[in-house]
Amino acid sequence: MDTTTSNVIVKRIVENIGYDRRHLIRILQEIQREYGYLPRETLEEVSRILHIPLSDVLTVATFYHQFTLESPGLFTIWVCMGTACHLKGNAENYDYLRTILGLKEGEKTTKDKLFTVEKARCFGCCSLAPVIVVTGPGIRDLYGYVTPRDINKIIAKYRSLGLKKLKER
Amino acid sequence: MSSWTLLDRCCNTCWHSIDYPCRNYIRCRIEGPLCHDVSECRDKRLRRLKEIKYGKYGFKIKVPMASCTIAAGSKEVYKAVIDEVKSRGIRADISITGCMGLCFIDPWIELIKEGMPPAIYANVKPEDIPKIINEYLNGSVSSAFALRHRTGKAKDEDKVPLLEEIPAWGKQVRWVSRNCGIVNPESLEEYIAYGGYRGLERALKMKPEEVIEEVKKAGLRGRGGAGFPTWLKWKICRDQVSDVKYVIANADEGDPGAFMNRLLAESDPFRIIEGLTIAAYAIGAKQGFIFVRVEKPLMAERLSKAVEEARKYGLLGDNILGKGFSFNIEVILSAGAFVCGEETAMIAAIEGRTSPRQRPPYPATKGLWGKPTIINNVETLAHVSLILAEGWKEFAKYGTEKSKGTKMFCVTGAVKYTGAYEVPIGTTIKTLVEEIAGGVKEGRKIKAVQIGGPSGGCIPADLLDIPIDYHTLQSAGAIMGSGGIVVIDDTSCMVDVARYFTAFTVVESCGKCIPCRVGMKILYDIMTRITEGKGTEEDLEILEKLGNIVKNASLCALGGTAPNPILSTLRYFKDEYLAHIRDKKCPAKVCRKLIEYVIDESKCIGCGTCYRICSASAITKTPQGKYRIDPKKCIRCGQCYSTCPVNAIYKR
Repeated sequence: MDTTTSNVIVKRIVENIGYDRRHLIRILQEIQREYGYLPRETLEEVSRILHIPLSDVLTVATFYHQFTLESPGLFTIWVCMGTACHLKGNAENYDYLRTILGLKEGEKTTKDKLFTVEKARCFGCCSLAPVIVVTGPGIRDLYGYVTPRDINKIIAKYRSLGLKKLKER
Repeated sequence: MSSWTLLDRCCNTCWHSIDYPCRNYIRCRIEGPLCHDVSECRDKRLRRLKEIKYGKYGFKIKVPMASCTIAAGSKEVYKAVIDEVKSRGIRADISITGCMGLCFIDPWIELIKEGMPPAIYANVKPEDIPKIINEYLNGSVSSAFALRHRTGKAKDEDKVPLLEEIPAWGKQVRWVSRNCGIVNPESLEEYIAYGGYRGLERALKMKPEEVIEEVKKAGLRGRGGAGFPTWLKWKICRDQVSDVKYVIANADEGDPGAFMNRLLAESDPFRIIEGLTIAAYAIGAKQGFIFVRVEKPLMAERLSKAVEEARKYGLLGDNILGKGFSFNIEVILSAGAFVCGEETAMIAAIEGRTSPRQRPPYPATKGLWGKPTIINNVETLAHVSLILAEGWKEFAKYGTEKSKGTKMFCVTGAVKYTGAYEVPIGTTIKTLVEEIAGGVKEGRKIKAVQIGGPSGGCIPADLLDIPIDYHTLQSAGAIMGSGGIVVIDDTSCMVDVARYFTAFTVVESCGKCIPCRVGMKILYDIMTRITEGKGTEEDLEILEKLGNIVKNASLCALGGTAPNPILSTLRYFKDEYLAHIRDKKCPAKVCRKLIEYVIDESKCIGCGTCYRICSASAITKTPQGKYRIDPKKCIRCGQCYSTCPVNAIYKR
């Protein structure tokens, strides 16, 4: 990663929000919006310009679920782990999704960098349980009453969409 | 739009402005003009109030825009309505509204025409729109789901039930959720037209102590879970000597299966802001925060917009309503951690830190940045605005001796009508689950209800007659919590349910104190062992003993309640645990290590659907042209089970 550019971006974000410890979470949220994750270099820069020990920045960055330290795939598939979704079979959906994407234990993102699979907290759409949400560039699609069969279709849909997008790049 | 709104001055006699606000501004909007007697100004208001109800042209179409209805497709419906109205040149106002809480009719729309009964249409698809509008404009309501009231002028009116006649609605008491699904959540004007901000106006004419007294008389207790008396929290904070104090609205709704706060904030955000402003006045704070969950983006957006609107019209900022009281609100996006629902952890998050801390000192004496702080749940705050607007008697009319008022509950799981329902405290679980939510689906049996999320417990079917209030639930081993009720039928395994909640708290434990961090992990490992058929009877003793240790020794309420799901299922469903341990069987056939998928060869038609769909290549063809599952290869995803066209596959 080019640290000069990332330093400029971090500085701009911090200037907009304010040089104050209390804004740390918001600053990290903005950085994640920019990059899709929290690159190590940006955290070091935040620590330097806010005069907070890097360990403190990392504490916050690893404590809250919103933050991720690894670069995610093009699409993130959020499998809801709420109670209603659990009772209606989302744990099976989750395992199935990981199996067909070929994810091994400890892995979250596929090798082709197309999909990241995450467990999500309740989306508050319990009437549609089980629910999965797919996010990506300009995308936030919610699917209700999901079965393994639907998952095959969903994966196929985003795989072709994703390959198209990667080609455009 | 350039036309006059209720929020504007009616004529030059009115001198109200943000810099010199009139103290009767709110009442004057509806009942006014108060300071001059001009019939023209009075008519202007009445005309506008009517417009808000029926639209400019006497015809209004409301489409709900809340996360739940959007997920069910209301955005597409909204677009279809706009297209239809435009292409046919119909003179109608199209307005967004919030969610009624009747999830099972999502997405719905409401058509309101002067003289016609307001009609609600359920489970609408975009392609239905032309037909619905056509029918309604032709004076018929035959395909409507329900009517708000009757006028006797529409065709087929008597064939459609009134909303009140539908148990899911009629058995509720819509007190705090009265505006949900009725007002436009992005319009301050509509909120005021429907009686909003009357509470703040009245509160500012009272002394802060009198406001606290009013809430005390009402008997309002915190709606976030613990049920601490709201007035007492306020009084402790009021009595602190400090130049700076803070109020925080807790909108960090994290319980899986609970969405009443989201619904309220997305459907009626101004009510929460009004309540927070009253709370600030009562304790003497100048700055407030609303702490919103990042997973619920629309809720944050609506609240932020509402704060901006209120500021624009002087209902936040300096010298509110000319009473010299100044107050501002900042909306803060949480970064997602269940523990943030705990007061001290939420304070840490606003300060840019992590983890809860030991209490006392309580936040009311030493909170945000060391200053006296109160934290109230958004539903509590919404109640506050209504208590002040209507008086404590109206609120205390409902509820039981010790717990007054109403509470919103979200009923999900194995019921017919999922939804968010508001009932008086003290209503029995049975009424809520069986009468309002319609009970479980045909052929199923209700086994238990889980109340209070990961901190709550499971109550078995034979105890459903107990009233829902803070005390009875606690003695039954559950808690009221934020009000999530998950109904569990006989297809679910109680050991698996308890394991699920334990898994949740293990991940969400912040790791600061050992009982919660290590204790919960051990409990989880034991639970996993049992669901895999490797448990022993000694494990049950450890579960109980260790569960109580974690409960008593944890630092904050997360650990203090985390073992509840295990302890309550052990208390009521010990036989299921024993079946897993002694017989190595899961009675509900849920625990995957203890079941097998089998093809009934007498039913199998040899179509090969299962064979093609199996992702583990566990299905093979027999010489007889049927199929068979190899249990060693099977990953128990259930895919074949759900796709077999003749239901020849069963669990063993």
